[in-house]
Amino acid sequence: MTNHWRDIRHADLIMINGGNPAEAHPVGFRWFMKAKVDRGAKMIHVDPRFTRTSAVADKHVRIRTGTDAAFFGGLIKYVLDNKLYHDEYVREYTNAAFVVAKDYSFKDGMFNAFDEETGAYDATKWTYETGSGGQPSPKGLGKTTKKATGLTWSAGPDAPFASIDIDHPRSVLNLMRKHYARYTPEMVERITGIPRDDFLEVAKLVGEMGRPDKVMTQVYAVGLTHHTTGSQMIRAGAVLQLLLGNIGRPGGGMNAERGHANIQGNTDNAISWEILPGYLKVPAPGQRTIADYVEESASKKAHPRALNFFGENYGKFMVSTLKAWYGDKATKENEFAFNYLPKPAGNASWISIFDQAIEGKMEGLMLSGMTASSIGPDTNQVQRGLANLKWLCIMDSLPTTTSEFWHAPGADPSKIDTEVFALPCTHWIEKDGSFTNSGRWSQWKDAVLPPEHESRHDHWILAELFLRVRELYRREGGAFPDPVMDMTFDYGDPAKPTLDEIAREVNGKDLKTGKRLESFLDLLDDGSTTTGNWIYVGSYPESGNMMQRRNGVQDPKRNDPTGMGFYSEWAWSWPANRRVLYNRASADPQGRPWDPKRPGIEWDPAQKLWVGDVPDYLPDADPSDADAPLPFIMTGEGTGRLFSNGLVDGPFPEHYEPIESPIENPLHPEVSASPAAYLYDKAAGRPNRFGNVDEFPYVATSYRLTEHEHYVTQHVERLVKLQPEAFIEIPEELAREKGIETGDMVRVWSKRGKMEVRALTTKRLGPQVIDGRKTYQIGIPIHWGYVGIKTGQHWLANALTPFVGDATVRTPEFKSFLVNVEKI
Amino acid sequence: MPDLTRREILKAGAAGAAVAGFSSLGFDVAVAEATTVKQELRIEGAKVSHSVCPYCAVGCSLLAYTRKNGKDTELLQIEGDPDSPVNGGTLCPKGASSMELAVSRRRLKHPLYRAPGAKGWKRVSWEFALDKLARRIKDSRDNTFVTVDEDKNVVNRTDGIAFAGGAAFSNEEGYFATKLMRGLGLVYLEQQARV
Repeated sequence: MTNHWRDIRHADLIMINGGNPAEAHPVGFRWFMKAKVDRGAKMIHVDPRFTRTSAVADKHVRIRTGTDAAFFGGLIKYVLDNKLYHDEYVREYTNAAFVVAKDYSFKDGMFNAFDEETGAYDATKWTYETGSGGQPSPKGLGKTTKKATGLTWSAGPDAPFASIDIDHPRSVLNLMRKHYARYTPEMVERITGIPRDDFLEVAKLVGEMGRPDKVMTQVYAVGLTHHTTGSQMIRAGAVLQLLLGNIGRPGGGMNAERGHANIQGNTDNAISWEILPGYLKVPAPGQRTIADYVEESASKKAHPRALNFFGENYGKFMVSTLKAWYGDKATKENEFAFNYLPKPAGNASWISIFDQAIEGKMEGLMLSGMTASSIGPDTNQVQRGLANLKWLCIMDSLPTTTSEFWHAPGADPSKIDTEVFALPCTHWIEKDGSFTNSGRWSQWKDAVLPPEHESRHDHWILAELFLRVRELYRREGGAFPDPVMDMTFDYGDPAKPTLDEIAREVNGKDLKTGKRLESFLDLLDDGSTTTGNWIYVGSYPESGNMMQRRNGVQDPKRNDPTGMGFYSEWAWSWPANRRVLYNRASADPQGRPWDPKRPGIEWDPAQKLWVGDVPDYLPDADPSDADAPLPFIMTGEGTGRLFSNGLVDGPFPEHYEPIESPIENPLHPEVSASPAAYLYDKAAGRPNRFGNVDEFPYVATSYRLTEHEHYVTQHVERLVKLQPEAFIEIPEELAREKGIETGDMVRVWSKRGKMEVRALTTKRLGPQVIDGRKTYQIGIPIHWGYVGIKTGQHWLANALTPFVGDATVRTPEFKSFLVNVEKI
Repeated sequence: MPDLTRREILKAGAAGAAVAGFSSLGFDVAVAEATTVKQELRIEGAKVSHSVCPYCAVGCSLLAYTRKNGKDTELLQIEGDPDSPVNGGTLCPKGASSMELAVSRRRLKHPLYRAPGAKGWKRVSWEFALDKLARRIKDSRDNTFVTVDEDKNVVNRTDGIAFAGGAAFSNEEGYFATKLMRGLGLVYLEQQARV
C-alpha cells in the first residue's frame, strides 16, 4: 500500500477491483465502512462476483475476469476527454509534459521494439526525447545544493534531460489521449461485459475525484495480480490515480491488500529471485563491479529538478548490504565481494522452479510454510516436478499437501524417487520477530509460548544447515566455497541467532563508531556502513526497537496529534516511519495541502520545515525556491510516471485477453493475448496444455473464503466446521440449463485437470454479454486438498489453472481460465 | 465516541439502561457484566503478551494470555488488542480462532524422513535430518554450480536448488533466509507474493 489501512477512512470514493475486503480482510474493511458511514464516502466494487463487499457498496459492477485494464482504460479516456483530471497535479507532478522519443509506436496491439525471435520487447526503447527542442533548465539550476539533511543533489545543464513540452504531439499526455481513444464505453462494454450506462455511472463518480478537494482510494488484491496482464492492470489503476491527483494524499493512493501476515515484509526482505533487500535489483551476468551494477540498475535523472534519490544512492545501499553479509571480506579492493553474489541466467520465479524440475534440472527444493501442490498452478505438472527432484525439504508446523505429495490420492510411492524430509517448525506465536502489514507497518511480536514437541525455529534450522554445509566445504573443498566460508555470522550463538540480533543487523550500523544508524541518509559506499535492508534503517537504532512501540488509540490526543491517524509511535513503518508514500504530492507546488481538511504534509514557513507525516521529501526544501526538487523524489523524472519502461509489456497499459479466453480481443484480434506473456510449456517444447472456448465454454475464476487461509486452516477444527467442504459456484441460469441444483455433485474440468465437488447455484454470478456472446463465469474456492481434518476432499482447485505467467513478474493466471461443467 | 475502555463502556451502558435492561449498544448489560467478570477470573494473574495475527496482512494486534503450570505454559486466551490503531480490539473469524492454530494436536512432532521409493515416513532424529540435508545441499550445490557462464561472465550461482519461504516468516527470518540462500549461490528464491 502507498497508504495504510486506517487511512482509507479519509477517502471520498473507494474503488475496489479484484478484491473482496469484506470477506478476505474483514478487519481492514472497518476503515472502508468508517469512510462510508462517517463521511458519506461512496464505494464501488468491480468484480465478477457479487460478494459481501458488493452488498455494502454503493455500486457493484460485474466485470469479466481479466479485463480490468479495459475498464481502467475506459476511465482514463473519460477523464481525459472531459478534462476531469487534476490539471495542476498532472502538469507539475506527473510526466505528462515529457516528450517521448520518436521511435515510440503502437499499432495493431504491438508496441515498438518487439523481438519476434525472443518473444520479448526491449523496454529500454520506451524512453524520452532528449537534448535540443526541450525546455531549457529552469533558472537557477545547475548548481549543487547541500541541504541541512546532508543530502546532496545536483543538476548539470549538460545532462541529457528529457524534453518538456506538454503541447508536443508526442508529449506523454497527447500520446495517452491517442492510446486510450479506442477505449470508448462501447468498447469497454464489449470487453468487460459492463453495460455502457453502468460504466458511465461509475465514470461520473470517478471523474469528480480529480477535484483538489476530493480524493479516491484504489484498492486491489490478487484479483488484479493473478493474470498474464496483472502488472499492467495495476499500472492502469495507478495511471488513473495520477491523473486524478490522488497519489500521495491521505485517503488516496494505490493500496494492495496483501493476503498473508508477512508477505509484505518478505518481499521487502527479498525472498524473491529478482531483488535483494530493499528492492535493489539482483545483479545480472556481465556486471563485474559495483559501478557496472549501478549503471545498469539505478534510475537516471531525466529532469533537472529530479532528486532521483533511489538512483543516486543505489551504490551506497548495495555496498552497505555487502558489508552486512561479508564484513571484513568485503573490501574496496575486491569490489566489496560483488562477485560473491549469484547472477541468474534468467527468470527464477515460482513457476520457473517447477518448470526446471519437470525438465530434470532442479535437484533439491526447500519449502518453508508453502505447499506447492496446493498453490499450483497446474497442480498435476507441479506434482510431476516434485517427483523429479532428488530431494525435497518441508519446513512446517503442520503436514502439507507437498510433504505428503508422494502418497497423494492416485500416486504410486514406489515410482517416486524423491527423498523427502519433513522438519517440524515453530509457529508464529512461539517466536518473536516483526510482521509488516499491507500498510508497511512493521509490528514486533513476543514469543508467547515455548516450542511444542521437537519443533525448532526455521531460522535455527537454516543456520544449522548453513554451518554444516560450511563445515563440509572446510573439510572437503568444492565449488567456489568462498561465499559460504566468508558470510558474516556475528551472533552470540551462531547456530541459534536471536531475531533481536538479526533485527539489529537489518537496521545496520556505522562501522567506525559501532553505533546503529538512525537513517538511510547515513549509508555510505566506502565500506564504513552496513545495513541488511536499507528501507528498514531506523527500525532499530541505538535508542531501541521502534517496531515494538505501542502508543496507539489508548490516547489519541497524544499519539495522533494531527488527527490524521498516522500514529507515528505505534510500531514503525518503512521507510523512515513514513505513513503515506509520495506525500509531497499531497500539497500543491507552494506547499499548501490540496485539501486543508486532509493534510498529508505542509510547508511551515515559520519553522522552514515540512510538517505532518514524515515528509517523503527533503524536510527543509522551501517550495518557493525555483530549484526545489520535484515531488516524487524516488524517480528519475521527479514525477509520477504515466508513461514508463518499468514493465516489459508496454509503456502504457493495454488490454490483452487472458491466455484462455472466450473471445478474440476486440481491440486487436490478431494480437489477442499479451505477446510478451511467458508460455512455459511452449518455451520448453512441451505439449500445449491450453483449452479453447469450443471445448471449455465457461470462464472460471478462483478465490478465497473468509473462514480459510489458503490451506493451513484445513487443520483448524473450528474453521473446518464453518466451511467444511469443497464446492464451486455456478450461476443459476447455467445451473438450470445443466439440470444442476445446489448440493449436487458436479465435475468441473479444464484442459489440465478436474475437480469433483458439490455445486452451489447462485445469483452472485450472473451471465454477461461479452462481445455479443452470452458468457458464464464459474467461481472456484481454492482451500481444499488431501491433507487436513476432512481428508475425504482431495480435489485441488489449482489442478485446473494454467501454467503461464505475467510478462513482467510471472504471476500465474489463477484468476482467468476456461472450464467445462457437468452433473455427475 | 470518546475513547473508553471496554469496562467503562459496559458501565456507561449500565447507567443509561437501568430501566430497559438493554443498553444503547444493543446487548444485555447484566449478561455482559457477568461475562466480563468470568473473563477476569479466567485470565486473572495471567501473563499478557503481544502478538500479531498470523493470517492476512491487515496486521491485527493480539493479546495472548498465558499461565505457567509447572514446566508448561498454558495459552488461555487470544483476543484483539484494543490499543491498536489497525484493529482496535476486533478480530475476524480466523484471527479469533488463532488459538486453535497455535495449540494443535495435529502438529508435526518430530523430524520425518521418507527414503526414495518408500511407502511411508520414518521418524528420525534432528541430527540425522540435518546431517543428511547438509550433505544433499553441498552435493547439489557442487553438481549444479556455474562459476562462469557461456559468455565468460563470472556468475557464481547454484542452478539446482530452489528455496521458497513462507509468508509466516517474520522479517528477521525472511532476511536471514535471503542472506543464507544467496550465500549458498541460490537464484531460485521465492515466497508467497506471486502466488
